[in-house]
Amino acid sequence: MTAEMIMASDRQATSEPLLQVRDLKMHFPIHAGILRRQIGTIKAVDGISFDIRPGETLGLVGESGCGKSTTGRVILRLYNATSGHVILDGQDITDLHGEELRRIRPRMQMVFQDPHASLNPRMTVGSIISEPIDEHGILKGSDKTDRVEELLNAVGLDPKYTNRYPHEFSGGQRQRIGIARALALNPAFIVCDEPIAALDVSIQAQVVNLLEDLQEQFGLTYLFISHDLSMIRHIADRVAVMYLGKIVELASRDDVYGAPKHPYTQALLSAVPVPNPLVEAEREHIVLEGDLPSPANPPEGCNFCTRCPIATDICRKEDPVWREIEPGRHVACHYAV
Amino acid sequence: MTESVQSQTLPIEPETAVEFKHRSPWLDVWHQFRSHKGAMAGVSVFTLIVLAVLLGPYIHDIDPQYLDYKSKNQGMSAVHPMGTDNLGRDMFAQVLAGGRTSLAVGVTAMALSLTLGTLVGVMAGFFTRLDGVLMRLTDLFLALPILPLLLVIIMLFRDALRSVFGPEIGIFMLIVFVIGITSWMQTARIVRGEVLALKERELVLAARSIGTRPHRLIFRHIFPNVLSPIMVSATLGVAAAIITESALSFLGLGFPSDFPTWGRLLFDGVPFLNINPARVIWPGLAISLTVLSVNYIGDGLRDAMDPRIRGR
Repeated sequence: MTAEMIMASDRQATSEPLLQVRDLKMHFPIHAGILRRQIGTIKAVDGISFDIRPGETLGLVGESGCGKSTTGRVILRLYNATSGHVILDGQDITDLHGEELRRIRPRMQMVFQDPHASLNPRMTVGSIISEPIDEHGILKGSDKTDRVEELLNAVGLDPKYTNRYPHEFSGGQRQRIGIARALALNPAFIVCDEPIAALDVSIQAQVVNLLEDLQEQFGLTYLFISHDLSMIRHIADRVAVMYLGKIVELASRDDVYGAPKHPYTQALLSAVPVPNPLVEAEREHIVLEGDLPSPANPPEGCNFCTRCPIATDICRKEDPVWREIEPGRHVACHYAV
Repeated sequence: MTESVQSQTLPIEPETAVEFKHRSPWLDVWHQFRSHKGAMAGVSVFTLIVLAVLLGPYIHDIDPQYLDYKSKNQGMSAVHPMGTDNLGRDMFAQVLAGGRTSLAVGVTAMALSLTLGTLVGVMAGFFTRLDGVLMRLTDLFLALPILPLLLVIIMLFRDALRSVFGPEIGIFMLIVFVIGITSWMQTARIVRGEVLALKERELVLAARSIGTRPHRLIFRHIFPNVLSPIMVSATLGVAAAIITESALSFLGLGFPSDFPTWGRLLFDGVPFLNINPARVIWPGLAISLTVLSVNYIGDGLRDAMDPRIRGR
């Protein structure tokens, strides 16, 4: 460990968390029939808790449909949480509405997955990036133009392009525009909702490096949502693994990748191919049986019990508690030690 | 840091590097529109009709109401290009004068129904709480038998409006109102569907995460992106309004008989179909041409405004 890394981990260990999520739940009602009565709920996010410390990157991984994106959106108050709390800078933002909510919005921003869908095709790049500035009335006139140019420079785009439209750019360039828009209000916290999933592999590295540079430059804190385990390993300081609306394991990156405790994490990591074909052929894979259960009707007991290779009777009856097995290392499994 | 950012500036293809003047999407729409032959034909025919109706009476300056008993029920001639009616009035002058009213009714009624339809559609799509109420209202209007309803409204209010605003303006307002109020439902449904789909797109989520206020969100992000179905409804609406006005006039419930519109001319011409078929053919042709050309314009606009079709 270099001195710099030790200092970084010291700073993280001592400082107050920037964002605290406590027992957050997001249930979507299912309506059916002629009378549109509610016949059930989709438990997209079902009681998750974690902290994010200033300056760190928390990676959130999980398979499609496990509630990763919903988590990000509930934290940003794009959805209204069913229950639980989101605390930003010590302020509970779960119940804020209207103007109060608008005032804290500049503190947290989002980079979206699909750069084709997240930019308004009828607005120029300049007006897209200056929209947050206009909305919060921070800068006017030439100051605003300067700020837009500065942001375009920061994300590596030529400021000449302010008068162009999103369809004239490639996917990677559009994602940069999205990042510039997220940066416009000087946020402290950015949710990156699979920002690289829609990009070519060659462009993915560029965008991830850009995000890392910006983090260093502006002291940003990220919640990095992805299903790409190797990318999470590259960018995250700590990793949370999500399965069917719950976090099953949360630990530092090295712990999660080095010695995963939860059987689901172990299965996920064993699915990542090893670049060496000799090792890959010899390696034992944990192949999960069956499909992800419906979040409208999760199994009794542990959510993972239907597919878990080591599940026993207790797993089918009791929901495992979220416990800290080592300092800074949380797992929800009856058998984790 | 600055250096690494500089080096990250993406390479630009040579052709775009040369051309820095940006092209607006509207210019692209226009380019695509121009390549649609049917739409361009529609534009020329419609422009011709509008010009003829506006400027024609100054060139062909016979008073449409001038009675000339000596030359009644005449065929086409140099003096009366479309012949005369049973009272010796010049048909061409009447068609030109009638076109002014018919087009004015068509455009105004379309504007009214479009405004109503867009308002209801955007409100229903954007505000979940209003959705149920507004869409049931739309269903209610769709379920009403339109023609009998029109007849009842006109019977009830015609005389009252006439006495307040005078026969022409009064009946114009009434007809525009009834056509507008009974034809906004399709637009509302289409717009609502588009808004519902758009509301879940990430660009709207992005705007909400910025803290954009709802009215700005609607005007900046929702409205411009549902503009293409609205524009198409608009062109179809003009045609529908002209036809409804013709139907009303044809039933004798539109404008007074000394105030020509295309539908009125048709209505008056029917008893003379055997003697003078031209009296029906000319206004009928004018209506058909207008409707057809406007529909073609709508067709071209729809294609031109869809970026997926553009460039093919």
